[in-house]
Amino acid sequence: MADATKQSIDQLKETAKAIRRLIIQITTEAGSGHPTSSLSAVEVVTALYFGGFLRHSKVNPRDPKRDRFILSKGHAVPVLYSALCQAGYYTFEQIMTLRKLGSPFEGHPNMKQLDTMEASTGSLGQGLSLGVGHALACRLDGFDSHTYVMMGDGEMGEGQVWEALASAEKYRLANLTAIVDQNGYQQTGATKDVLDLKPFAAKFDAFGWHTQVIEGNSMESVVEALTKARAVTDRPTAIISQTKKGFGILPVLEPTGDLNYHGKPLSKELAEKALALLK
Amino acid sequence: MMAIGEAAGLKLGKATRDAFGAALKDLGNEFPNLVTVDGDVGNSTRTEVFAKAFPTRGFNVGIAESNMVGVAGGLAAAGKIPVVSSFAAFLLCNAFDQIRMSIAYPGMNVKLVGSHAGISIGEDGASQMGIEDVALACSMPGMTVVVPADAMSAKKATRAMLEHVGPVYLRCGRIELPEIYTADSPFEIGKANTVKEGKDVTIIANGLMVGIALDAAAALAKTGVQARVLDMHTIKPLDEEAIVKAATETGRIVVTEEHLMAGGLGSAVATVVARTKPVPMEFVNVGDTYAESGDPLGLLQKYGLTAEAIVAAVKKVRSR
Repeated sequence: MADATKQSIDQLKETAKAIRRLIIQITTEAGSGHPTSSLSAVEVVTALYFGGFLRHSKVNPRDPKRDRFILSKGHAVPVLYSALCQAGYYTFEQIMTLRKLGSPFEGHPNMKQLDTMEASTGSLGQGLSLGVGHALACRLDGFDSHTYVMMGDGEMGEGQVWEALASAEKYRLANLTAIVDQNGYQQTGATKDVLDLKPFAAKFDAFGWHTQVIEGNSMESVVEALTKARAVTDRPTAIISQTKKGFGILPVLEPTGDLNYHGKPLSKELAEKALALLK
Repeated sequence: MMAIGEAAGLKLGKATRDAFGAALKDLGNEFPNLVTVDGDVGNSTRTEVFAKAFPTRGFNVGIAESNMVGVAGGLAAAGKIPVVSSFAAFLLCNAFDQIRMSIAYPGMNVKLVGSHAGISIGEDGASQMGIEDVALACSMPGMTVVVPADAMSAKKATRAMLEHVGPVYLRCGRIELPEIYTADSPFEIGKANTVKEGKDVTIIANGLMVGIALDAAAALAKTGVQARVLDMHTIKPLDEEAIVKAATETGRIVVTEEHLMAGGLGSAVATVVARTKPVPMEFVNVGDTYAESGDPLGLLQKYGLTAEAIVAAVKKVRSR
């Protein structure tokens, strides 16, 4: 298994910017999708793939000894396609086919289409259970692989997530990390208005998980939290990554009066403004 | 009421769930990647027989079917062959979307085993009875659906589903069933077994209804009607050849199953018959109702899953 790529913090920030540009470009080209849900998650995904955390292989993406990243909030898949493009798995032209008929870069991850997708997701609440399965299998096989699962904060309304949290604690899965991209919004509004789960982090704590609450759009905080998570050896770890939906292009979104900006691409005009911001 | 298979001269054997559990344990060494995932009813589904023999390979995630199925999906993605089991009703109904998203859609090599299928579970009542499970399982692209008729075929089906690569739903029952097959009998997924030859009508059955169909065939024989009995243990993929042959050679078909009318074996067979060789058909099943508590044979009687009901259906279909 190849070593993970390890960039410096400054390099990671540049990479994050490049990934943000790709997210805007591919969703605007597609004419649909969830750019803002993708943008909030960029620092975590960038740190995982480029910060020395995720051991993965272009030659054999399904290497049994790899580390895994499961994107449970599947609608944010543009962040994953963009990160993989940035990592050289796919060309810009390939990911620009996002959501088009016949393209393997579907609107939500499809593991039958792409061997880089660890799960087919899109029906929320299911990724953490899959992560528990991966972590159990890796332990049975004696591999030191680590499984990361990213969920949304709105997604935590799904009961299955809490079943999965309990089962991971039962098996003391120290090779499993749940990351909640807590961007504060879900489809119809602010998460605190739709279904407020406060106190949020305390619930993870109560389920027996090692829990950290971090500034998820700060690369320094993300790298520090991922490092700490790997040092925990007796139980599963959670990172509550407090982010902003649409982070990186908020000055472009603010004048639209819609800070959620859920499930719609930027117009060509707004995309140009956003790309200018991300230079 | 006579025992199932008594009129046909069959001897009572084990329940299909018992045969499945024993087979799983026997296959544990041969299939080192085999693991079980349970929702705290392993002593009912009989996976506990395996889990006790291979304790590191049995996972009980508690009363949480959604997570149970998802965990199985993850284990399969990492190369294991998970057998995930619960009561048929809870597995298919409670975790339907998890089966869809985490198993069927990505084509995971997971074996779903639903025990306590049908109304013959008895006294626990309708909430525990899986009578829509086959319809739900068959609705998913890529799913193989198997309903064995006795302990021997359940044992063989257990091996067959582990050898098969891809998602499988195996339906098991709670009560003891007559022995229809011997160790030498064939069992192949997707290939119906002719358990009795006949030229006047074909009774297509699966699960517990195969024994009852044989009872009906014995009664019909006394009236001079030679009924063919087909054990259609695999509903998906369906043995179309055997159905077309039955329609062509016997000209009349009765389909019987311990399941709702909607979406079960009857619907599947009728689709083939309509498309290939239309002949008159009748159906003997649970219909469109939930059942209730009671003793298993009494329930079968009350809800019309009897040899008498099959004989009546045969008479009706022959009069059309």
